[in-house]
Amino acid sequence: MSMSNSEKVKKFLINNTVPILFVVLLFFAIPLSGFSPEYLANEMITRLGRNSFLVLALLIPVMAGMGMNFGIVLGAMAGEIGLIFITDWGVVGINGVFLAMIISTPIAIILGFVAGLILNAAKGREMVTGFMLGFFMNGVYQLFVLYGMGNIIPINNPKILLPRGYGIRNAIDLVNIRQAFDSFIKLKIGDISIPVFSFIIIAILCIFIVWFRKTKLGQDMRAVGQDNDIAAASGIAVKRTRILSIVISTVLACYGQIIFLQNIGTMNTYNSHEQVGTFAVAAILIGGASVAKANISNVFIGVVLFHMTFIVSPRAGKELVGQAQIGEHFRVFVSYAVIAISLALYAWRRQAAKNREIKAVLDEQNEAIENRGGSQ
Amino acid sequence: MESNEVVLKVENIGKDFFGNVVLKSVSFEVKKGEVIGLVGENGAGKSTLMNILFGLPVINETGGFSGNFFLNGEKAHFSSSFDALDAGIGMVHQEFVLLPGFTATENILLNRESVKDNFAVNIFGDRLKHLDREDMKKRAVNAINKLDVNLDPEMIVAEMPVGHRQFTEIAREIDRSSTKLLILDEPTAVLTESEAEIMIKAAKKLAEEGMSIIFISHRLHEVLDLCDRVLVLRDGNLVFESESENTNPREIAESMVGRSISDFEHTERKKELQKDLLEVKDLWVAMPGEVVKGVNFTVKKGEIFGIGGLAGQGKLGIANGIMGLFPSRGKVLFKGEEIPLNNTKNILDLGFSFVSEDRRGVGLLLDEPIDWNITFTAMQAHERFIVKYLGGLLKFRNDKEIRKEALKYIDMLQIKCTSEKQFARALSGGNQQKVCLAKAFALNPEILFVSEPTRGIDVGAKELVLNALKKYNEESGITIIITSSELEELRSISDRIAIVNEGKIAGILPPSKPATDFGLLMIGESNINGEGEIK
Ligand SMILES: Nc1ncnc2c1ncn2[C@@H]1O[C@H](COP(=O)(O)OP(=O)(O)OP(=O)(O)O)[C@@H](O)[C@H]1O
Ligand SMILES: [Mg+2]
Repeated sequence: MSMSNSEKVKKFLINNTVPILFVVLLFFAIPLSGFSPEYLANEMITRLGRNSFLVLALLIPVMAGMGMNFGIVLGAMAGEIGLIFITDWGVVGINGVFLAMIISTPIAIILGFVAGLILNAAKGREMVTGFMLGFFMNGVYQLFVLYGMGNIIPINNPKILLPRGYGIRNAIDLVNIRQAFDSFIKLKIGDISIPVFSFIIIAILCIFIVWFRKTKLGQDMRAVGQDNDIAAASGIAVKRTRILSIVISTVLACYGQIIFLQNIGTMNTYNSHEQVGTFAVAAILIGGASVAKANISNVFIGVVLFHMTFIVSPRAGKELVGQAQIGEHFRVFVSYAVIAISLALYAWRRQAAKNREIKAVLDEQNEAIENRGGSQ
Repeated sequence: MESNEVVLKVENIGKDFFGNVVLKSVSFEVKKGEVIGLVGENGAGKSTLMNILFGLPVINETGGFSGNFFLNGEKAHFSSSFDALDAGIGMVHQEFVLLPGFTATENILLNRESVKDNFAVNIFGDRLKHLDREDMKKRAVNAINKLDVNLDPEMIVAEMPVGHRQFTEIAREIDRSSTKLLILDEPTAVLTESEAEIMIKAAKKLAEEGMSIIFISHRLHEVLDLCDRVLVLRDGNLVFESESENTNPREIAESMVGRSISDFEHTERKKELQKDLLEVKDLWVAMPGEVVKGVNFTVKKGEIFGIGGLAGQGKLGIANGIMGLFPSRGKVLFKGEEIPLNNTKNILDLGFSFVSEDRRGVGLLLDEPIDWNITFTAMQAHERFIVKYLGGLLKFRNDKEIRKEALKYIDMLQIKCTSEKQFARALSGGNQQKVCLAKAFALNPEILFVSEPTRGIDVGAKELVLNALKKYNEESGITIIITSSELEELRSISDRIAIVNEGKIAGILPPSKPATDFGLLMIGESNINGEGEIK
């Protein structure tokens, strides 16, 4: 069955409504903002290096049919705990970053395992459950960092301890490892500086994901993603496979958060991870992914569109309504709006696909009626 | 290619479900390359016996079984179906167990993919091996070729016709090189006649290559065509066993039900049918695979109107279209008034009721008892079986009435169950089907559409179901439109039969006309206008 060109275009438009909307928005907002192309390019490259890894962490659970994993917040927390330790110990530079990763990996694995168990119990409602889980674990994290650290867990660096002798300060200066990855291999083209090493790490992750899809485990995840019962009937350990997908995602998110924070250079101990899940999910959805299907290109398109929107809209907003103070609130608002709209669109699209099938049969029938009408 | 090597030996197998004895003492042998036909009434225990052989957990959960069985002389102890698979038993269930988004190849090799080693395996284990797509395709093609069917290994299951899905399932069992015994539980129930033929041919080919097969079906001519030997199960025992050559459908059917069976009679009824009840004018229905392209007919009040025709010609689309399950257009007049199409709720309110041909969407609440299943819709739709107090402020279920109604249908359709409180899930496939019919009856509709009412129902019960329809029609004067692919069935109860060909009605005939007349209409060879009906 071949499709006519107009149908192809229509299908493309329907399947990519969200990214197209953002491209149109940016088409007007970028000139309005008045930013120079060099500035925008610089910003984009920084943000791609900073955020892509976190967003890539979402891909594998989608494969296993678990939707968008808001549980990556847990991975981010694990990464932050690693960063607290290496700051306490004063390990510097790229070694510090790697050490933080090594320390936080087991924590991320444990958290991912627990999250996987819980999401298994909440089959069909993984996204909401993951979201709530993020909130809940945030409480546990705070308890741990605010009361446990310096008390049960020895922390000695007074710069990161609260004056009372235990608990971690609100903000930690990550001066020891600031941009250790980004500036490990330096490259500057004109005014644009490129964090080559971060990109190499991201490239390796992409290769890993492509490779992973071709493995037996990847195939099992695809099978589980389609139908748990059938996969189980063929002998695939469904629960284990689902847990593995969440563990991998959590560990990746943990590394992603470390990469993110080494670029930023300071860590808000109690807030840095809060919106990690929301922003990453919003970005990948803007990139054209859906709850059931997401690929690497969705990640990069999404990161570019999402962050470009935030760079230019305040300025564009100022030009338009004289208000630049939209800032963080605006970003949170847009993220939730995008998530809500994308989910609604996804449901609508599935309905539309069904309708199209029916319409094709109806068309054939109408044609026949017309033909007959002519002969009567 | 039959040999004397015994592959399966079953010894005195018995099984009860909490006191309800289903199998008493069943013993038989299957030789290498032999095809055994297993037949018996609905609820005779065929599926149960196969589930025991295949080690399904439901057997252990319901108290296990007695007796033994041996595979290649070794006593079998299966704690799960994986053990059975390892021991060389493959089973194709009645419902499909395929992943819709995977290709035929991926489904055939599900969880048995060909893999290649790579560096990560040493660290993280076997699950990180790479899929060897080339080898996978080779194996899939190999399995498909053994079946000798035309199946594209790269086709996504969701896009396949039903028959190809069934072949994919069978190919999956074939690829398991260890499979020596293949169990097919009513594999043809979902297939069209032509697909069933291909499937029978494929099974024959497998047997020639040395595979032993146990084949379950209610279509006796199929069984006799395919199988070397036929076993009949009744009241928990094997009551009849014969080489296929030495028996015939009638003998088998009679030993199934334990009494002699009369042929369907084509009794012309001396009913006066006067009033037009339903008028269908130029109806078009967009039902994929069963498109209706402008049909006209009129059904009288109190009539049983049959719709027949070959598979895929559109006969099933008519009922589905009128009931609003698929988009349709045209005119439908009920008691002279035009009714809006594409509005199922409205049509149900008018007193229409429908038993669909779709066995997977039968609409039973599997975890509810039989009586509840039968009366539930009537309760919802017409507030029957409800007692009201205080002018309708307080409503109670009338449990006594519900029970009475349920027992009436259990008796009328001889639904085989322990009591009216048995859960629908614990009924055999054919008995679930009867509950569906009872459910439609209980609605007390003015006009009842039934499609393929006897599919999956044993020969004895077929007559029963058809008689029930007839009786129901005579006693409550209800109008019935029955769609079926079995002409004999239509001829035994209908007042008139419309044959659909290429989406149109080729002709409408009384059942007394010879079968050849119907046959010619079905293949579009003639266009007789039966009794003044306009084509
Ligand atoms: N899980 C169960 N719990 C209780 N009773 C059961 C269960 N499964 C089956 N039965 C009973 O066992 C009997 C045999 O059922 P079975 O499914 O083996 O019949 P069958 O021969 O396959 O019939 P059909 O031709 O209708 O498929 C039925 O009376 C049924 O009620
Ligand atoms: Mg059965």
